[in-house]
Amino acid sequence: MRILNLIRVACRSLNRNKLRTVLTMLGIIIGVGSVIAMLAIGQGSNQNIKASVASLGTNAIMIVPGTTTQGGVRQGAATTQTIRLDDAETIKNRCDMVNYVSPVVQRRAQVISGSQNWSSFILGVKDDYLKIRSLSAAKGSTFTAFDDRTAAKVCLIGVTVVYNLFGSEDANPVGQMIRVNSIPLKIVGVLNKMGQNTFGQDQDDIIIAPFATVQKRLMSSTQYVNSIIASAKSEDQISDAVDEITNILRQNHKLAASDDNDFTVRTQSDLSNIFGSVSKVLTILLASIASISLLVGGIGIMNIMLVSVTERTREIGVRMAIGAKGRDVLIQFMIEAIVISFAGGMIGIAVGIFVSEIIAKFAGWPIVISLFSILLSFIFSTAIGLFFGWYPARKAASLNPIEALRYE
Amino acid sequence: MNNKEYLIVVKDLTKVYKTGDVEVYALRGISLNITKGEFVAISGASGSGKSTFMNILGCLDTPTAGSYLIEDKDVSGRNKNELAELRNSKIGFVFQSFNLLPRTTALENVELPMLYNNNVNSKMRNEKALNALTSVGLADRLWSMPNQLSGGQQQRVAIARALVNDPLIIMADEPTGNLDSHTSYEIMEIFQKMNDNGITIVMVTHEKDIAQFAKSNIVFKDGKIISNEIVDIRKNASVELKILTSLSENISTI
Repeated sequence: MRILNLIRVACRSLNRNKLRTVLTMLGIIIGVGSVIAMLAIGQGSNQNIKASVASLGTNAIMIVPGTTTQGGVRQGAATTQTIRLDDAETIKNRCDMVNYVSPVVQRRAQVISGSQNWSSFILGVKDDYLKIRSLSAAKGSTFTAFDDRTAAKVCLIGVTVVYNLFGSEDANPVGQMIRVNSIPLKIVGVLNKMGQNTFGQDQDDIIIAPFATVQKRLMSSTQYVNSIIASAKSEDQISDAVDEITNILRQNHKLAASDDNDFTVRTQSDLSNIFGSVSKVLTILLASIASISLLVGGIGIMNIMLVSVTERTREIGVRMAIGAKGRDVLIQFMIEAIVISFAGGMIGIAVGIFVSEIIAKFAGWPIVISLFSILLSFIFSTAIGLFFGWYPARKAASLNPIEALRYE
Repeated sequence: MNNKEYLIVVKDLTKVYKTGDVEVYALRGISLNITKGEFVAISGASGSGKSTFMNILGCLDTPTAGSYLIEDKDVSGRNKNELAELRNSKIGFVFQSFNLLPRTTALENVELPMLYNNNVNSKMRNEKALNALTSVGLADRLWSMPNQLSGGQQQRVAIARALVNDPLIIMADEPTGNLDSHTSYEIMEIFQKMNDNGITIVMVTHEKDIAQFAKSNIVFKDGKIISNEIVDIRKNASVELKILTSLSENISTI
C-alpha cells in the first residue's frame, strides 16, 4: 500500500520533469544500447570464426613441423623442416582411425598466362586433400590420383587467379595453359569460390596441383613437406587419431622417450578454440568499453539526482512536515533512480538490437544477440540505478525538515 | 468539563542551540496549556523564540528539556519516525509561502498527506481530497496548477492539504503574511469556521488585526512568554469581510 503510493509519488515527480527524466535516461539508453550492440558484434564474429574454422573440415588434423633443438638451442615452432613425405605415407598405411592423408607443399610462385602475370600460392597436394577440405571444381574437373603418380602438368585454380589472369571471374580458362615459374600447367578446373576466411586471407588466390607435380617440377624433389593434413574417420575419433599419429611420427622420427616432439599435431577444434578465445578477448574488450558508457550514464543519474535533491529541498521539507518519514523520502528517490535506469535499460535494449541490426545490414558484420547479453545489461543498468541512486536518496532522507522548509 | 480538556500541555520547555562553545537559549522554560478548540495567536519579535516553539509544537523539532504532551501523551522524547507519524495524523501545517508542490494539481497537492497515511486507500483518498477542497471553496479548481492560482487560492489549497487527514491541531506560520487584507480576511474566515468545527489552531502572526480573529493572544520575548491574554473583542471574519467589501457581488462564497 505505502510502497505503491511511493511508486506513484516517484512517477509523478519524474513526470513533472519530463525533459530532465529523458536526458538522464539517455545516458543509460546509450550505455545499455552500446553494450548490447558490442556484445552482438563480438559474439557474432566469434560464431563466424568458429563456423569458418569448421568449414576447413571438422575432422581435419594438421601436422606441422615443431620446434627442434640444435646443440641445446631450441628453435621456434615450424622453423625447420622436420616432416617428410614418408611420414604421410606411414600415417596412411598404419593409422586405423585416419581415412584421408595428404602431404602439403606450398610456395609462392609467379604465374603467367599470355601477357598477364600474377603472384599466387601454389599448393602441391594429393587428391585426398580435396576430400578433406571438401573442395570441388566449379568448372572443369579436379585432378586424380593418376595425375599425381605421373606428376602430370595439370592444376586447379581459384577465382582470384582467374580474375587476374583472364580478366574476369566468369572467364572459363579450363583447358588453357599457364606457366608457373616457367613450368607449363594445364588448367583442368576452377575451384568453387570460397571467399575470405576469417583471418582476411583470400582463399581463392590459390593454385592447386598434384603433389608430385609441385614436388618434382617446382621444388626439386624435396623430401620435406610443409605440413600433412589428415582426417579422422569420425569426430569422436579425432583425439585418438591425434594420439595415434603422434606415436607413429615419434617412432618414424626415432625420438627417444625423453625427447620433445619435433612436430605439432593440431585439430580444427584446437584452432577454433584459439581463435575463439581471441575473439572472446575482443568481445570482453568491446563490452568493457561499452560498459564504461553505462557507468558514465550511472554517474549521470547520480549527478541529476543530486541536483534534483538540492532543487527540491523545499519539496522534501513539505513532504516531511506533512508526515513523510526519512525512509519514505529515501524510497521515493531510490524509486526515481531505479525507474530511470530500468526504463532506460528497456529502451536501451531496443536501441541496442536496432543498432546491431543496422550494423549487420550495412556493414555486413555478423551479429548474435543473446539472451545473456540482454539480461546482463538489464541487470547491470538496474543495479547502477540502485547504486548511484543511493547516495542522493540518502542525502534527501537525512535532510532536516525545518531547514529544508526554510531553504530558498 | 469537556470544554476544559487540555489538548496540549507544555511544561518548562527549553531549547538550546549549540554553536561551537556558545549556547544559545531559544526557549527558556515555556509552560503553556492549550485546550481543545482553542485558537491561539502567537506574536513576538524575530528571535523571540516563537518559531522554535512552533516547530516543537508541530513535532518538527524536539525540546532540549521539559515536557510536551499531546492528549496526555508525552511526545518530547519521540524519535524521528514517530514524530513524522504524529505530524501526519494529528497536525496540519499552513505556511506563509504556501509550499505547494510545483507543477502538481491542487487535487494531487491535497492528496499528498494521505500518501503517507497507511489507513487511507485510493478511493478514500480521492473522496477526502475532494471534500477538503470543496470545504475551502475550490471545488472548481481541482486540476489547476499552483502557478495558475492566486495567492489566496494557493493558501486555501494549503489549508485543504492541512485539513485532509482530520488533524487535531493546525499549525499556521504567518498564514496571511503574503496576502492582501481582503484575502487575509477570507483565510481568517476559513480558520474561524474550522475552529468552530472543533479544530484547535495555533497561529503565528505579526499583524495585530489578524491576531484579533483568534481567541487568545500570546506574546513571546527572549524565549519567554511575556503575555497571554484572552481577546476581549474578538473580530468575526465574515462580518469584517462584509464591511471591507462594499460591492455585494464581491462577497465571498466561502
